Amino acid sequence: MASSRSASSNFLKLEFVLGALLVGVIGLAVLFSGVIFPGGADKIDLMSRLVPPFARPAHLFGTDPLGRDVLARVVAGGKISLLVGFASVAGGVTVGVVMGLIAGYYRGIWDMLVMRFADIQLALPFILLAITFIAIVGGGLANTIILLIVSQWVQYARLVRGSVLTLREREFILSARAIGVKDWRIILQHLLPNLIGPVIVLMTLNVATNILLESSLTFLGLGIDPTIPSWGGMLAEGRTYLQTAWWVSVFPGLAILLTVLGLNLLGDWLRDSLDPTGRTSA
Amino acid sequence: MAAFLVKRLLQAVFVVIAVTLTVAFAIRLTGDPALMLTQGAGSVTEADLVKIREGLGLNEPFLVQYFNFLKGIVTLDFGKSFLGGTPVSLLIGKALPATLSLAFTSLIVSIVISIPLGIKAATARGKWADQMIRILSLVGLSFPNFWLATMLVLLFAIALPLLPPSGMDGFASFILPAVTMGIILTATNVRLVRTTMLETLRSQYIMVARAKGLSENVVLYKHALRNCAIPLITFFGLQFGGLLGGIVVVERVFNWPGLGTLAFDAVGARDYPVLQAVITVLSLMIIGINLVVDIAYGLVDPRIRTE
Repeated sequence: MASSRSASSNFLKLEFVLGALLVGVIGLAVLFSGVIFPGGADKIDLMSRLVPPFARPAHLFGTDPLGRDVLARVVAGGKISLLVGFASVAGGVTVGVVMGLIAGYYRGIWDMLVMRFADIQLALPFILLAITFIAIVGGGLANTIILLIVSQWVQYARLVRGSVLTLREREFILSARAIGVKDWRIILQHLLPNLIGPVIVLMTLNVATNILLESSLTFLGLGIDPTIPSWGGMLAEGRTYLQTAWWVSVFPGLAILLTVLGLNLLGDWLRDSLDPTGRTSA
Repeated sequence: MAAFLVKRLLQAVFVVIAVTLTVAFAIRLTGDPALMLTQGAGSVTEADLVKIREGLGLNEPFLVQYFNFLKGIVTLDFGKSFLGGTPVSLLIGKALPATLSLAFTSLIVSIVISIPLGIKAATARGKWADQMIRILSLVGLSFPNFWLATMLVLLFAIALPLLPPSGMDGFASFILPAVTMGIILTATNVRLVRTTMLETLRSQYIMVARAKGLSENVVLYKHALRNCAIPLITFFGLQFGGLLGGIVVVERVFNWPGLGTLAFDAVGARDYPVLQAVITVLSLMIIGINLVVDIAYGLVDPRIRTE
C-alpha cells in the first residue's frame, strides 16, 4: 500500500511538472512574441514562399504560401487562444458562482429558474448554440467570449449550488445563522472558501475546453476574424494546401494540442491534490 | 415509479417547449427573410415583399407562427428551403441517416477500444500501465477534433493513399471519420470503464468467482463486465449530445453529407428554415435519448427515482 501511494504521488508530481512546463513555456512565448519575433506575424515575403520546416534557420517551422513565418504566426496566434480561454472562464465563473450561491442558499424560485435553464442548455450541444448565436449577432472576438460565457456559467452554478445545498445544513453554518450573522457574510466568509476547490479545478479544465471550442469555431469560419492570426484560422487556411504544404496545418494544431494538454494535466493534478480520497481514481 | 415517470416527462416537455421557443424566436431576430430571399433580385417593390411575407406566414402574430412551427414538427413539415425550394424534411431525411450512421460507428469504435483499456487500467490500478492509460486519455481529451481529422487525412489519404479523404461512399469512407470521433470519445470512456470496473471488482461475487478458481479473463469479462453494463450504457447514452456536436464539426472536414454540413451551408446561405429544422431535430433527439436513458435507469435502479 505504501509503495503504491508513493508511486501515485510521484505520478502527480510528474503531471504537475509536465503541465506547468507546457503551459509556462507556451504562455511565456506568447506573452513575449513581440520581443522574440520583432518582424511580426504578418510580414509577407513572396521570395520565400512555402519553405519547408527545418530547412532554414530563419524559418524553423517553414513559411506559408505568402512567405509568412509559420512559427511567428503560431506564437502570435496564441494570444487569441489564451485571451479567449482566460477571459471566457473569468466571465463564466463570476456569473455562475453568484447564481449558484443564490440558488443554493435561498432555494425557491431562483433555484428552480437556474436548474431549468441548466436543463435547456444540456439539451443544446454547444456547436448548435454557437451557430444560432453567431447567425444572429455575428462572429468576432467579443462575441466569441460572450458565447462561451453564456454556454458555460451553468456548469459553475450547478457545481456551487450542489456544494451549498450540503454545506448549508452543516453545524458551522447553522450556528452562524443562529447567532444572527448576516446572509452575505455567511455566503462570503463561510460558504465561498469551502467550495472554491472544485470551482478552481473546473476553471482550469474549462480554459482548456474553451481554447478547443474557440479554435473549432474559428476553423469553421464562425469565430475570430480570419485576418487576425489565430490557431483555428491558420488551420482553416492550411487545409487548402494540405497536399503541398503539410506544415502550415501541422504546427498550429500541435500548438493547440500541447496548450490544452498542459492545462488538462494541471487540472487533473489539482483535482487529485485537492481531494485526497479520490487519489489515483478517475 | 409513476410519480417519477410523470415528473421526468413533464421536465422533458418543458425543455422541448423552451428549446423550440428559443430557436423559433432566435431565428426571427436574424432579420426579414423576405429581404434575404429577394437579395440581388433586381427591382423589388414593397408589394412584392408583403406578398412574400404572406406566403411565408410571417404576417401572423409570433405565437401563431410558433404554433405552426410546432405543428410542422409533429407532421414533419418544416417548410421549404430558401435555396431552390426543396422541402426541408427531404433534406433532413437525407442528412440524418448519414449523421446517425457515423455517430453509431464512432460509438462502436470507442467501445471496442475503451473496454479492454479501461479494464486493464482498473486491474493495474496505480501501476505504470494505469498511469500510461491515464496520460493517453488526457492526450485524447486535448485533441481538437477537426485537427485530428485533418492529420488522419494527411497520413492515411495523402501520404499513404489508402483511404478516401472525404465523402460518404462505402465502408472505407467511414474509417477516418469514425476513428477520429472514436479516439476522442475513448478518452472519456476509458476513465468511465475504469471507475465502474474498480467499483465492481470490490463486490463479493467477484471474490466468490475468484475463490472458485475461475480464470482471470472469465472473472473480468464475464462476471465483472456484465455487471458494469448498466452504468456504462447510461454513460454512453448521455454522451450522445456531445457526440453529435463533435460530429457536426468533423463532418465539415470530411465533407460528410450529414446534418452538420447541412447546417453550415444553411448559415452561409442564410437559409433559415433549414437551420431551424436541423437545430430542432438534433435537440429533440438529444432530449429524447436523455429521457429514455433516465427512465431506463430509474427502472433498474430504484434509488434514482427518489432523487
